[in-house]
Amino acid sequence: MAKSAFLKSSIAKKYWMALTGLFLCLFLTGHLLGNLQLLIPDNALHFNQYALFMTTNPAVKILSYLTYISILFHAIDGILLTIQNKKARPVGYAKTDGSSSSMASRNMAVLGTIILVFIVTHMANFWAVMHFDKKMPLQSVTIENMGQKMELYVTTDTGKFFPKDSIQMMQNGLEIRNRTEFYNKQANLKMGEGYKDLYKITIAFFKDPKMGLIATILYVLAMFALSFHLLHGFQSAFQSLGINNKFTPAIKKFGTAFAIIVPLLFAIIPIYIHFLLK
Amino acid sequence: MSAAKNINITLKIWRQKDSKAKGNLETYTLNNVSTASSFLEMLDQLNEQLVNERKEPIAFDHDCREGICGMCSLYINGRAHGPDTGITTCQLHMRMFNDGDTIYVEPWRSRAFPVIKDLVVDRSAFDRIQQAGGFVSVNTSGNTIDANAIPIPKDDADKAFEAAACIGCGACVATCKNGSAMLFVGAKVSQYALLPQGKVEATQRVLNMVRQMDEEGFGNCTNTGACEIECPKGISLENIARMNREYLKASLK
Repeated sequence: MAKSAFLKSSIAKKYWMALTGLFLCLFLTGHLLGNLQLLIPDNALHFNQYALFMTTNPAVKILSYLTYISILFHAIDGILLTIQNKKARPVGYAKTDGSSSSMASRNMAVLGTIILVFIVTHMANFWAVMHFDKKMPLQSVTIENMGQKMELYVTTDTGKFFPKDSIQMMQNGLEIRNRTEFYNKQANLKMGEGYKDLYKITIAFFKDPKMGLIATILYVLAMFALSFHLLHGFQSAFQSLGINNKFTPAIKKFGTAFAIIVPLLFAIIPIYIHFLLK
Repeated sequence: MSAAKNINITLKIWRQKDSKAKGNLETYTLNNVSTASSFLEMLDQLNEQLVNERKEPIAFDHDCREGICGMCSLYINGRAHGPDTGITTCQLHMRMFNDGDTIYVEPWRSRAFPVIKDLVVDRSAFDRIQQAGGFVSVNTSGNTIDANAIPIPKDDADKAFEAAACIGCGACVATCKNGSAMLFVGAKVSQYALLPQGKVEATQRVLNMVRQMDEEGFGNCTNTGACEIECPKGISLENIARMNREYLKASLK
C-alpha cells in the first residue's frame, strides 16, 4: 500500500483522530492531578513544586512535545475531516429529524473549536507566563519572628530561605539570576533555586476583581464543551480503532464517567478559587 | 389494528428536471389517502392526480415493493425511509401519518449520489465499490466446490449473514451527517472477512473497497451511530469496527 494512504485514507484519518484523542485523555488526567494541588492548603508548595517539575523534567519535556503535536494533529485532522464531510453533502435537506444521533456526536467540530480557542487562551494566560514572563514572581512566605514579620523566598532545598527584602538581600550579598537562581555575588556561587510562583499567578487570575468572574465563567463553559466532546469522543475512539466487542458496554460506561468527572473536577478549581478561597 | 380511514395530506416534494437543473420543493395537496396504503402507493395516487392534471408525474425509485431489493429510497420528514425503524420506504404505511400532516419528501443527499430526476438518485457509486472488491474469486469452470463443504462456526456464519442482509439502499449515506458510506462498506467487507472463502482476498479487498469509497467522495465516519438506527436491515456498527480492524491489518502487511 502507498505510504500516503496511511495518512490520507478516510479510515487512517480516523485512527489518528482516535490515537491522538486517547493520548490527550491521558494528558487531561495528568494535568487534572497537577491542578488539584491548587486545592491543597500548604502555602502553594505542592503546586509550585509540580509546576517546576513539569517545566524541567526531561521525560515530561518529551511528553509535553507529544502533547503539543497531538493537539495540533487532532485539530488539523479534525479540520480536514470536517471540510471533507461538508463537501460530501453539497445540497442539504430541507427537513432533518436528528433523533437518530446524539447532539454531542453531531457537533464534535464546534466543540473541538471551542476547546482549541480555550487551549490557546489558557496557554497564553499560564503556560506562556510560566515559561517566558520575566516578571514572574518567586514564591515567598511570611514568617513572624519575635513580633517582626519577614518575607522569605522559598527554595528547592527544604528549610532554606532567603530574605525577600531587597536591602537585606544586598546585605547578604545575594542577587537573583536567570529569574530563579540565588547567587552569592562575591563568590559567584549558586546558593539555591527559587520556585516560580505559578500558584500566585493562578489565584490572582481567578480572583481578579475585574476579570476574575468572567474568567471563571468562561473556564466553566469551556469545561462543558470538553465534557460533551469527551462524551462522544472517548468511546468513539475505540470504535475507530476497531474495538467493538464484549468490552464495549464497559468502555462506554467508563467514557461517560470520564467525560463527566474530569471536566467537573477541572471546573471546581476556579470556582473554589473565585468564590471560596480567602 | 384500527380500521383504515382516509386522510388529507400536504406534500412538499423535491422536483428537479434533470441532473443539471436546479431543483426546488413543490407543494401538493392530496385528499382521500387510505391509511392502509403504502407510502409508494400514496405517491402513485399523487402521480395519477398529476397525470390527470396534465402535469409531469414525480419520478421515484422502486422495484420489489417488499423491502428486499434496496431500490426504494426517499428522505421522509427528515428520516431515511421515513418515520419507522427496520423498514424500507415501500414498507412504510400511511397509517404512520395523521390527517392534515405536511410530509417532506426529499431525495438522498450526497455528492456521491447525484440526483438524476426528482427523487431518483444515481447510486452506482455503491456498484463501483462492490466491483472494487466485494466478491470472492471462484473458478466456475465446472468443478466448483460446494460452499457448504467447508465447516464454518455458527457464530461467524450468523454474523456474516447479518452483514450480508445489507440491501445497498443507501439509507446509511443519506442519514449520516457526513454522507459516509462506511456502514455499507463495513457490511460488505465483513460478510466476506468472516468466512473462510473470503479470507483469501481479505487484504486486497478492504484496501480496494476503501480506496474506491474515498474516491467516490463519501464523507468520513464520526461514529454518530445514525446509520445503524436508520438502516432498514439493522446492520450493526460492529461491521464498521471490523472494517477498521481489517484495514489496519491490511495496511500493516
